[in-house]
Amino acid sequence: MTVFRFDDGEIGFTAGQTVGAALIDAGIYSWRLTRRHGRPRGLFCGIGVCYDCLVDIDGTPNQRACQVSAAAGMTVTTQTGTGHDDLAR
Amino acid sequence: MVVVGAGIVGAACAYYATRAGLAVTVLERGSVAAGTTGAGEGNLLLSDKQAGPELQLALRSSVLWNELGEQLGSEAIELERKGGLVVAGTAEGVTALREFAAEQRALGVASEPLDQAQLRAAEPHLSPAFAGGAFYPGDMQVQPMLAAASLLAAACRLGAVLRTGVEVTGSTLTGGRLSGLRTSTGPVAADYVVNAAGTWGGQLSARLGAELPILPRRGFVLVTEPLPRVVRHKVYSADYVANVASDSAGLELSPVVEGTRSGTVLIGASRERVGFDTTISIPVVRRLAAQAVALFPVLAGINLLRVYGGLRPYCPDHLPVIGADSRLPGLLHACGHEGAGIGLSPATGELIADLITGRAPGVDPKPFAPDRLIGALT
Repeated sequence: MTVFRFDDGEIGFTAGQTVGAALIDAGIYSWRLTRRHGRPRGLFCGIGVCYDCLVDIDGTPNQRACQVSAAAGMTVTTQTGTGHDDLAR
Repeated sequence: MVVVGAGIVGAACAYYATRAGLAVTVLERGSVAAGTTGAGEGNLLLSDKQAGPELQLALRSSVLWNELGEQLGSEAIELERKGGLVVAGTAEGVTALREFAAEQRALGVASEPLDQAQLRAAEPHLSPAFAGGAFYPGDMQVQPMLAAASLLAAACRLGAVLRTGVEVTGSTLTGGRLSGLRTSTGPVAADYVVNAAGTWGGQLSARLGAELPILPRRGFVLVTEPLPRVVRHKVYSADYVANVASDSAGLELSPVVEGTRSGTVLIGASRERVGFDTTISIPVVRRLAAQAVALFPVLAGINLLRVYGGLRPYCPDHLPVIGADSRLPGLLHACGHEGAGIGLSPATGELIADLITGRAPGVDPKPFAPDRLIGALT
């Protein structure tokens, strides 16, 4: 089974699975913390419309986990807030 | 009195007329804020108005918006006193901007000239290509749909009646004077009718038998993903003022960029005269995005979440139409505010109430009188 990195661990996936599907398959239901209250978020609509499942993939924030196909060697990181804290100054 | 249209202008007419003691019914064929009111950014601008009648209306509106913040609740309408920043790329542009601001200042519009270092301090992410600018602390913003709904709710608490899903189809006359309206749900009696149909005010005026030349001018707004406060004010290029005043039928673009309380950045502004077609144009969206990146290079790496568009109600001389129609006694117009309708709505509503009740108006109504446009009909 091929894997991608997720935070401190590895997630296995099958060909054609999205990042979101693979995370759910692994029993992980949240991979973003909201920008105001730090509440957990994961898949909601699952079809690319609601923008709730945003996550950081290979250093780029705000990717929809339900739309990005999982690939071997990816680094997926839980996103905090807007994912653009570096721009606050 | 019957107000036709439940956008921001109709809502303000209903609010001020009800407060003046009139019995008001608002008729709306769709739903509240379903037209142009729901398709803009909610800017309340003094900075882009040159010395003249529209600036007088904007100055009076500015006083009234601050009052409305207290009467309706600043939070309820998301009234934000963010201030406007106008920037120029060249020394000549900076000089022209200073002269424009000096004329406005003589009429009571506060502004401060900013040099390059002060621009950077005000907007740290602004491109260093801009030589200077002017800060207008009196520029504000509201959430336009909330503002329209709050004004209507306040009017209804004072006795006004709102009826949605009612389309006006014609007028009824008694002795040469307007006495009522024909509608999709039956006749409605009216001693006064206010045409607050915005972009559709020309069509409504024709149905009532007193046509006005009001045409649509299309615009789009781009919405980014939420960000930390990257853009602190409403920031636009000095070219914007010239584009607003232009008569060109072709596409006109000038960058207007602003951050919002929710974190999204709004990007405008395009102007096109293409009839009532509201189809999103990808080439226009692409050019708007490129212009915004020229102002704020950091936006190059940011995603757009969505694009929305709408139609501004455009009059041939770029002034709104406010006042009685001499061709049809009993009919008043309050439409044609182009892209400034949210900002100008309170003084418009107050003026309509003043004209009907005979109270001394707070703003000179003559430049807005409908009769000036009747000769322009083709």
